[in-house]
Amino acid sequence: MAFLMIFVPIAIAGLAAIFPSNRLRPLFLPVAALAHLCMTVLVLARPDLKATSAWLVLDPAASLVLLVVSVLFLFCSIYAIGYLRYRQERSNRVFVACLCGFLGIMSLVAWSHHLGLMWVAIEGTTLVTAPLIYFNNNKRSIEATWKYLLVGSVGIALALLGTFFLAYSSLQQGLGATLQFEDLLSNAGLLSKPWLRASFILLLVGYGTKMGLAPMHTWKPDAYGEAPGVIGAVFAGGVTSCAFLAFLRVWQICNAAGEAFFTSRILLVMGLFSMAVAGLFMIGQRDFKRMLAYSSVEHMGILVLGLGIGGPALFGTMLHVVTNGMTKGVLFLSAGNIHRAFSSKNTDQVRGALRRLPVSGALFLLGFLAITGSPPFGPFVSEFAILNGAFTAGRYVAAGLFLFFLLLVFIGMGKTVLKVVQGRPPAEVGIEAVAPNATAAGGSGAVAASSAPAAKPYRDGFLTVAPILALALIVLALGIWIPAPLGDLVRNAAAFVENRP
Amino acid sequence: MDLLNALLVIILVLNLFALGTSRILSVIRIVAAQGVLLGALPLLLYESIGLPEALAAAVGILIKGLLIPTIMTRALRDVVIKKEVQPIIGLLPSIILGALGTGFALIFANRLDMAPFQGGTLIVPAAFATIFVGFIILTTRVKALSQAVGYLVLENGIFIFGLLLVDAMPLVVEMGVLLDLFVGIFVIAIMVKHINRAFSSTDTSQLVALKE
Repeated sequence: MAFLMIFVPIAIAGLAAIFPSNRLRPLFLPVAALAHLCMTVLVLARPDLKATSAWLVLDPAASLVLLVVSVLFLFCSIYAIGYLRYRQERSNRVFVACLCGFLGIMSLVAWSHHLGLMWVAIEGTTLVTAPLIYFNNNKRSIEATWKYLLVGSVGIALALLGTFFLAYSSLQQGLGATLQFEDLLSNAGLLSKPWLRASFILLLVGYGTKMGLAPMHTWKPDAYGEAPGVIGAVFAGGVTSCAFLAFLRVWQICNAAGEAFFTSRILLVMGLFSMAVAGLFMIGQRDFKRMLAYSSVEHMGILVLGLGIGGPALFGTMLHVVTNGMTKGVLFLSAGNIHRAFSSKNTDQVRGALRRLPVSGALFLLGFLAITGSPPFGPFVSEFAILNGAFTAGRYVAAGLFLFFLLLVFIGMGKTVLKVVQGRPPAEVGIEAVAPNATAAGGSGAVAASSAPAAKPYRDGFLTVAPILALALIVLALGIWIPAPLGDLVRNAAAFVENRP
Repeated sequence: MDLLNALLVIILVLNLFALGTSRILSVIRIVAAQGVLLGALPLLLYESIGLPEALAAAVGILIKGLLIPTIMTRALRDVVIKKEVQPIIGLLPSIILGALGTGFALIFANRLDMAPFQGGTLIVPAAFATIFVGFIILTTRVKALSQAVGYLVLENGIFIFGLLLVDAMPLVVEMGVLLDLFVGIFVIAIMVKHINRAFSSTDTSQLVALKE
């Protein structure tokens, strides 16, 4: 089953790469996504399929991440068809092939129980997503891609060193070098402590770079700001969740080795620091896509904070992986629509999105309310569970700071979002006036302006709105009622990462 | 063991050469030589050498010594630059910094808890020193290709540490790491060309449009 989930999307990517028609090629995306989701559901329903080999095992935490990314990817793939219609003049060969390839490599991350193999897969996601940021093909997207490639590769290289340290911590104690997750977990108590701690730090820095924890987040606003909205959604909900899963493994091993005190202190600081940095940079942020990137930094901080609190907060943390992924989909996809309609992502030009794009504007506003933890949406439930866990665990200071930073983010983000959705939209300068001097507009981040001057002004269409609507419904539903199978999945994942049988 | 240590010393000397050279082509060649040595080193460490081990070493040498340098020299030719003009730290100070780092790595590695049979080798200090040199190149050079070379040196350092684990790393994983490295450099080389076309220069110091 693992091989199917990895190689079917990659095979579809290969087909897409040799397929001649630019107009029909995007249809490969939902095909890959549907096939992947069907396989995911099948494997979740049939526990006997969960162990393919010693290296490829689907544990509860990985099942959860796999499901989240698969669902998010399905909606993104439908949206992408609509999006690529607006970019018909540009070849989407690399775009479609890389996106399908990402799905396959992401499956490998989830399945692999060999930490070396998992590293290879994580680095693979870096390489396959880099060309996606570059899709808009202008100076700013080159800069963003370069920073992403370099910062990401160096971070991931440190994670490789950390992985080696982990293997060495076992070798040094005469246990034989191994990177098999089960072996390391069962021998955790015997591992060499200094090497294990060093490896924890390196893997936190390495995979933390990929997640975008502060202060390793510097590539994130650039990449999310310049990449198409749909890619932002795949990054913020998919790539980061994979990196989080990778980090979970080493965290579990450290806890099993009795290092919980050491790890939780570091993670509490790291999580709160990420939230603080995100909150500070959101205040006065005029670029609403960069604002979303900082929101992603914040939520990665929340996940790590949840791990730092441990025990009682783990259910909330695992649930937050789900709610964050879905809500980020709503936000990035609707932000992409607004960006296209106004040919700008700066709040100086973008006003009155609710009037020009009633549906996308409303969904953007709804996404903002959801992600900042307002009831009755999903993230409220998960953030509340984390807060509750913090109080149960007696972490009052951390809980207080958590609330304070949530408030900070709410204010900072709210100011920008309200500017975008409220007010009277500027006359259709977005299209007529900007298009002739596209080069000048390129400097201020107008990407759509560089398309053909004859381009029709963007209006919400079925393909670019329906997926967001569906995701928004999921976010709302998660806030009201968590279906029993999903609840079990989250509970199992939380129990698994806590090393409870 | 003596041969292993001798080769590791050569790698350390190559590090300092890489720091002290401003011609990018020479730096690429130095790192290629390092790659060939590194590809061959595991052969000294295996308990027994069969076909898979020999094949792995051959693939390693092929990718690090031939394919990656070829991609990089081609990218270099396309963008028509020869020299690293203004490193943020001068060449001489960076050699001194690299030498100091190497010395420090030697002292530091002696204090680590090592498995008994590996105490005598230079593997750990060489790994740390090479990683350090990689970071110096990455952070102080401004040409995009020089930074890519820095990344390669960094990766070489990590690979040296991996020598401690030759018997533990499955072949598939080792090949996967090499494949990632190869594809990574391939993508970087493409990006260098795009940077050159868009900015008429490969100075990454021009990539400053995106900030708060």
